[in-house]
Amino acid sequence: MKFSESWLREWVSPSLTTEELEVQVTMAGLEVDGVDAVAGEFSGIVVGQVVSKEQHPDADKLSLCQVSDGSETFQVVCGASNVREGLKIPFAKIGAVLPGNFKIKKAKLRGVESFGMLCAESEMGMSDSSEGLMELAENAPVGADIRDYLKLDDSIIEVDLTPNRADCLSIKGLAREVGTLNKEDVTEVIINPVVPSIDDKLTVSLKAIDACPKYVGRIVKGVNLKAQTPLWMVEKLRRSGVRSIDPIVDVTNFVLLEQGQPMHAFDLAKLDGGIDVRMAKADEALTLLDGQEVKLKDDTLVISDQAKVLAIAGIMGGEFSGVTADTKDIFLEVAYFNPVSIAGKARNYGLHTDSSHRFERGVDYRLQAAAMERATQLILDICGGEAGPVVETIEESAMPSEVTVTLRSERVKQVLALELAKADISDMLTRLGMLVTETEAGWTVNVPSYRFDISIEADLIEEIARIYGYNNLPVNTPVGALELEVVEEVNTPIQTIKQFWVDRGYQEAITYSFVDPKIQKLVDPELDGLALANPISADMGVMRTNLWVGLIKAAEHNLNRQQDTVRLFETGLRFIPTEGELDQHQVISGLICGSRLSKGWNNTSEKVDFYDLKGDVEEMLALGGQSGYRFEVGSHPALHPGQCAAVYKGDKKIGLMGALHPVLQKQLGIKSQLYVYELLLGDVIEGVLPEYKAVSKFPEVSRDLAFIVDESVQWSQVEEMIISKAGDKLNSVTLFDVYRGQGIEIGRKSLALGLTWQDPSRTLNDEEITSWVNDVVTSLTEGLAAQLRG
Amino acid sequence: MSSKHIDKFVEISFGAGILENLQNLVSAALANVKEAQDVQVLDQVRVDYLGKKGQITALLKTLGKLSNEERPKAGAKINEAKQQVEVAIREKKATLEGAALAEQLKSEGIDVTLPGRGQKAGGLHPVTRTLQRIESFFSNAGYSVEVGPEVEDNFHNFDALNIPAHHPARAMHDTFYFDAQTLLRTHTSPVQIRTMESQKPPIRIICPGRVYRCDSDVTHTPMFHQIEGLLVDKQVSFADLKGTVEQFLRVFFEDENLDVRFRPSYFPFTEPSAEFDIKWAASKTGWLEVGGCGMVHPNVLKSSGVDPEQYMGFAFGLGVERLAMLRYGVSDLRMFFENDLKFLQQFN
Repeated sequence: MKFSESWLREWVSPSLTTEELEVQVTMAGLEVDGVDAVAGEFSGIVVGQVVSKEQHPDADKLSLCQVSDGSETFQVVCGASNVREGLKIPFAKIGAVLPGNFKIKKAKLRGVESFGMLCAESEMGMSDSSEGLMELAENAPVGADIRDYLKLDDSIIEVDLTPNRADCLSIKGLAREVGTLNKEDVTEVIINPVVPSIDDKLTVSLKAIDACPKYVGRIVKGVNLKAQTPLWMVEKLRRSGVRSIDPIVDVTNFVLLEQGQPMHAFDLAKLDGGIDVRMAKADEALTLLDGQEVKLKDDTLVISDQAKVLAIAGIMGGEFSGVTADTKDIFLEVAYFNPVSIAGKARNYGLHTDSSHRFERGVDYRLQAAAMERATQLILDICGGEAGPVVETIEESAMPSEVTVTLRSERVKQVLALELAKADISDMLTRLGMLVTETEAGWTVNVPSYRFDISIEADLIEEIARIYGYNNLPVNTPVGALELEVVEEVNTPIQTIKQFWVDRGYQEAITYSFVDPKIQKLVDPELDGLALANPISADMGVMRTNLWVGLIKAAEHNLNRQQDTVRLFETGLRFIPTEGELDQHQVISGLICGSRLSKGWNNTSEKVDFYDLKGDVEEMLALGGQSGYRFEVGSHPALHPGQCAAVYKGDKKIGLMGALHPVLQKQLGIKSQLYVYELLLGDVIEGVLPEYKAVSKFPEVSRDLAFIVDESVQWSQVEEMIISKAGDKLNSVTLFDVYRGQGIEIGRKSLALGLTWQDPSRTLNDEEITSWVNDVVTSLTEGLAAQLRG
Repeated sequence: MSSKHIDKFVEISFGAGILENLQNLVSAALANVKEAQDVQVLDQVRVDYLGKKGQITALLKTLGKLSNEERPKAGAKINEAKQQVEVAIREKKATLEGAALAEQLKSEGIDVTLPGRGQKAGGLHPVTRTLQRIESFFSNAGYSVEVGPEVEDNFHNFDALNIPAHHPARAMHDTFYFDAQTLLRTHTSPVQIRTMESQKPPIRIICPGRVYRCDSDVTHTPMFHQIEGLLVDKQVSFADLKGTVEQFLRVFFEDENLDVRFRPSYFPFTEPSAEFDIKWAASKTGWLEVGGCGMVHPNVLKSSGVDPEQYMGFAFGLGVERLAMLRYGVSDLRMFFENDLKFLQQFN
């Protein structure tokens, strides 16, 4: 809400500078967004009048004017198109200084002398742009200083109000607030009822009482729309960001700004019979004041006559029934609409008006009659006319009920950690307009009809804190019991896991949780990601079913920027719809591509492969001290069928890793081979407690063996067989070479491995070892067609 | 013993033959030791004079020819000569070995300014780095970290937080919806509700995580991170809230004199509500808003099954990217989600 400081000061004027006032209201919760001077800094501009106007002899677009300052007449060359004889304008005389320290001197324009300048609003720093000269009222006193005449020594203050403070969407409300903060009384405008001079009235029928329980109407006949809105009103409106339109609309806007009550004026001649306040019928059509034609929904409250819809209640009037220059008789509407019935409706039609803004936050439900009288009086003053009686139609049962709140002084002290004098609290609340009755334990407070935000004790405590000043309240350190909490040792902290990847050379990424549905379909064609109903853009339309989509995009971003080696990891939720439910699981995911080591004088330039990533994954899994993980041949549409492993923990598949499928690489246009993994984080975190086993004092015995097996034989098969046949004293099996090539048939490979045995209580003898080796050789030969190398 | 003494001894006690020989031998041996340029040559000198068949050793064998009176004195003299040569050899050996070691060390010198070998370390994302710092401040003070789902329902994101349907505050949240009931959480506050539903007070938690708003421009990304704190206990005051927030900001910016101010504001889930600013020279007003807070609204306690007459609480929330931007001087919010290595590596 924008308002003029001087307007506020007509109501309450504490001895504060503009800056002090700005800080004070900000610190009371009415955050000041900006303060602008009403006009720029200038001097020497007076009200001038164009006495005569001629064409400039040598320039088509310039006029030669004689301008009076009330005592003398000056020749001024002017380029504005709206300059005309008789017009009153701001006149900068020789010696005037305009904003930007622009001095007005005698000048020659196209050979003709000019003594001064006629000004537009923008030239006086009153607006950012303007068309033509500022036109002053006919009754403007020629020769008066324009700063005095327009009262330009004023500031426009813009406050950004939170939605609970609808009561401050008016000068009246702001004045109440400022008065309370400064303990100063507020000078209210005195509103006297206008005695009707005619009997004309319209019947009003409330057909949706929950949405509109109260409607006040009045006919005013014989108004003169040609009358000029007084300067003081035009300026007040302008400084609140409202343009002057015609005197009737100006008055309704003025009452809205001053009192906080939106109202509407209809052209009585356009109405057919009485007024109905009802819900719209579906698809009923209405052309709004702004020219937009809307099809109404049946959840929308409308004002209609007996033939047609006139307005969307509380939001915007219709074009047809609006006041025009030809209007003679008007029907004024001042209603109370329930906030719930208005909330969100304007938005549904792409509208947001000063009226809807107030109604959806709550308009004082007792203000209507007074606002009607205020508007009537102003209209009669400006436009003349005859007012009919005020017709108030009200459904008491649907009106908001008055709220009474019990406030305990003990509770105030408890919440604020501060004991305030009872009288001070009473004073604060009373100044805010509450009816306060002191009780033994505190107060009974009747909440005024404009405070929709106060219904419980905590709301009143906030008011007290606010007026007292949050920054003046005490500061404490909370005290709590020093209880120790169990930290489950088997769980590897997530920080440790992240640090592991960092130490392994990975950079942590954070990618968006919503991804491009097209890319996701390529990566995860078997799943339908959860789609957003209102995505911010098409390429952020669907929730990720894995973290690969985001990581691949991040890798691509870097590969396109001369990075040839990328190592990324990310943790976060993936969202997998399953049977009407949604699985939201934390996963850890990673990606590598490019060189194994960064380019360096002594680093190899080898490219990473599957086993680089696998080594990192294995070591992460080892953080929890558990060895029960298995890598089996796996498959996923995004991964190379020959380079994909599924990771198991016991019987549970906890994730996948592998090379990105070459076809997918091609579809994505990525040349560097990517390797990715993704595991359920919960299973990675959960490890085992270390368990001590006695360290043997007896020597370890080792034997190296080499076997030739078919390419199709997997190491895990060989390893499993060895473990089952090499006896219970086997300590370790280490594969130390895999060889193909000279000396080995094509389609076969040689595996060289080392076995070690140890017994905790004695030295093992040769015969035992030989017998286990023989068992291993026999079973591998028979079971896997292995051939022992000599 | 110097050769001068030996000379004297020779004059007094012996016939010229053996003793002259001894003197010559010692001189020759010492000369040889001096000449030796490596350990092998030196060892040969030792063998030649002091070895089993060495020349000085041979002199000892001639002692038998001397009289019983002369023998001990002459023997002692020969042993002294032998020791003299041994000492010379040992010293020379040490010198030669020292030189050889120095030579070896010199040849083994490398350019220690060449970069080291192997994998370079990566780094945490600045948001994680910031979150981990904040988590550590609060866990040191007895808060625990709680997380929750990101695809939420209306109840936990709005209703339970005292934001009924059609409330203007809902419109302000720019919510991403999946259907009428399901949405992406717009704040981490639903975690408060879920925690209060499942735990009994006293509750001291912080809730970090991703949140989503349908808004994207220079200063907004549709996803960002929040961290929220909640404390519920029998006696918790607004003063405790002020103290906690103020301390947090001072600890975070490592500035014990940081000015913090609290302004009344509005959040449906707290009452009284406040926004807090820090003094920030670069800001137009001299203050910069960094977060929101308040005393937990009684309706929120009630809808989570906590009796507001028995328990009170405070809650506060901050935007993590904003904190990271202020702390590290990042000027473009969008950098956080581009995952450009040149950006990320600045926080390693």
